[in-house]
Amino acid sequence: MATSTSVAREDLLAGAEARLRVQAPRSAAYYAMRRYFRQRLAVVGFVIVLFLMVIGFGAPLLAPTGYADADLMSANEYPSWHHPLGTDAIGHDFLSRVMYGTRTSLIVGFSAVAVACLIGIPLGVAAGLYGGLTDFVVMRLVEIMTAFPGLLFAIFLMTITGPGVRNIILVIGITSWVTICRLMRAQLLTLREQEYVTAARSIGASELKIAVRHLLPNALAPVIVAITLAIPLAIFAEAGLSYIGVGINEPTPSLGKMVADSAPYIRVYWYLGLFPTLAIALIMLGFTFVGDGLRDALDPRQM
Amino acid sequence: MARYIIGRLLSLIFVLFAVSLIAFLLMHQVPGGPFSMSDKGPLPAATQEAMLRKYGLDKPLWVQYTRYIWHALHGDFGVPFQSPTETVTGLIMRTWPVTIKIGIPTIAIAYALGTLFGFIAALKQNTWVDYTVSFGATLGMVVPNFVVAIWLLLLFSVYLGWLEPGGWGKPQDYIMPVIAYCLAPMALVARYTRTCILDVLRADYVRTARAKGLAEQRVLTWHVGRNALIPFVTILLPEIPNILTGSIFIESTFRIPGLGRFFVTSTQARDYPMILALVLLVAAFWGLTYILTDVLYTVLDPRIRLGGGKVAG
Repeated sequence: MATSTSVAREDLLAGAEARLRVQAPRSAAYYAMRRYFRQRLAVVGFVIVLFLMVIGFGAPLLAPTGYADADLMSANEYPSWHHPLGTDAIGHDFLSRVMYGTRTSLIVGFSAVAVACLIGIPLGVAAGLYGGLTDFVVMRLVEIMTAFPGLLFAIFLMTITGPGVRNIILVIGITSWVTICRLMRAQLLTLREQEYVTAARSIGASELKIAVRHLLPNALAPVIVAITLAIPLAIFAEAGLSYIGVGINEPTPSLGKMVADSAPYIRVYWYLGLFPTLAIALIMLGFTFVGDGLRDALDPRQM
Repeated sequence: MARYIIGRLLSLIFVLFAVSLIAFLLMHQVPGGPFSMSDKGPLPAATQEAMLRKYGLDKPLWVQYTRYIWHALHGDFGVPFQSPTETVTGLIMRTWPVTIKIGIPTIAIAYALGTLFGFIAALKQNTWVDYTVSFGATLGMVVPNFVVAIWLLLLFSVYLGWLEPGGWGKPQDYIMPVIAYCLAPMALVARYTRTCILDVLRADYVRTARAKGLAEQRVLTWHVGRNALIPFVTILLPEIPNILTGSIFIESTFRIPGLGRFFVTSTQARDYPMILALVLLVAAFWGLTYILTDVLYTVLDPRIRLGGGKVAG
C-alpha cells in the first residue's frame, strides 16, 4: 500500500517535471527551425541544396577529372561506366563539367546576392529610416531601375565589363538589388508606426537605439526570406546570360553555356542537353523549396 | 481620376527620359563602335571616320543625345546599323508581329489554364489535386524556359521525332515555343488564383452569402470570382508586356525571327539606334501597363482611391 502511494507520487512528480521541461522557454530560432522541418517540401529542398553544395563545392575533390582536362581521343562518347554522363565535343568528362558547372552556379548565386544586399539593404534602411529627401531619391532610383528592362541592362553591363565570373557576379548584383531595397524600406515604414516603437520613444530611447534594437531585428525575417529566394533568381540569371553567350566563357564551366553549346548537336548527342538542364532545374527547385519553407517557418501569418 | 492619370503619364515621360539617357550613356561606354569591324576584319580608319560622320557619331555626346530626342519626338528613330537599308521603326514593325504571334497564344493558354488549375486547387484545398497543382506551379515557375525548351526538343524532335527542332512559318512551328513560353506564366497565374480564391473563400461576406441560402454556383461566380479578380489584376496584368516583348531564350532556341534576338545582337553590334528604341519600347509598354493596372484596380475595388487618398475599410 505504502509503496504504491510513493510510486504514484513519484509518477506525479515526474509528470510535473516533464511538463515543466516542455514549457521551458525556447528561442524563436528553435521554433522557426521546428516549423521549417515539419514541412515536407522544405526538407526535400534542404536535402537537395545540401547535395548540390557537396557536389559543387566538393567538385575539386570528388570530380573524376579537372574541369579543363580534355582527352580528344575520347570526344563525344555516350554515357558509359567510364564516363557516367558521357564526354563532350572536346573530350571533357561531362560528369566533372556538370559538377564544376554547379559549383560556378552556386558561387555566382551566393556572391551576386551578397552584392545585391550590399547595395539594397543600406539604401532601403536609409529610405525607410530617414524618409524625406533620402526616400525620394532612393525611390526614384528604384523606379528607374524597375522601368529599365533588366535583361537588356545586364547584357549591356556584361558587354561593357566583358565575360567572366567576377563581372557576372557584379552585374547580377547591380541589376537585382531593387527587391531587397523595397522590402527593407516597406518593413521599416510599417514598423516605425508600431506601438512598441512609440513606447520606446516615449521612455526616451534614442533614434539610433530604436533603429538597432527594435526596427532592424523585426524587419529581418522577411528580408532573409527575400534573400534566400533571390539566390535561385541570380543562378537563373547567370545561366540565362551564359546561354545567350554574354556570361561566362570557356574554360570556366557554366551550366547555361553547356546547354547553349549542346543545342546544335542535340539530335545526336542528347545527353549533352539533358544533364546540364536537369542540374539547373534541380538547383532552382532546391533553393526555391528552401526559400518557401523559410517563409512559412519565419512568418506563419504570411501566405 | 483624370488628374491622377495625367500625373502618372507625366511621371512616365520623366522615367522614359531618364531611361533613354542612362541607356545612351551606358551604350557609349561599351568599348568599340558600330563600324570598327566588318565581315573582313577591321575597317580602315578613314572609312570608319566617314561612317561615323555619316551617322553624326563624331559629334559630342550631348549633341547626339539632344538630336536623337528631337528626331524621336518627330517619330524618327534612326537607321539600325545592323540593317541599314530600313528604318528602326520598319525593322520593329517587321519583327515584332512574329513575337506577338507567339505571345498571344501564350497569354491565352497561360491565363485560361492557369485560372482553371488555380480555381480547382483552391476548391479542393489540401487534397492531392491541390498538392499536384501547387507542386506543378512551383516547378513551372522556377525551371527556366530555355531548359523547358531543351526538354521539349529532346522529347518531340529527338525521341519521338514528331516536330522540326526549329524554324518558322508552318503552324506546327508554334507548338514547342508556345508550350515552353507559357508554362511559367501559367504557373504564376495558377498560384495567384489559388491564393486569391482561398483568401476570398474565408471572407465573412462569403459565409453570409452561403448562410442566406444562395446557390453555391452563384456564391462562387458572383462573390468569390469577382473579388478574387482584384489582386489577380494587379499581379498578372504586368506580366503581359513581358510576354509580348518576347523572350531571347525561346526565340534563339527555336530560331524564330522575332524581336527578342535584337536585345542581344543590338548590343553586340553596337547598334545604338536599335538599342535605344528597344529600351524605350519596353519601358513605355511596362509603364503604360502599370498605369492601366492601377486604374483597373479602382474600378474593381471602389474602396481604393487613387492619388494619396486614404483607403477606407
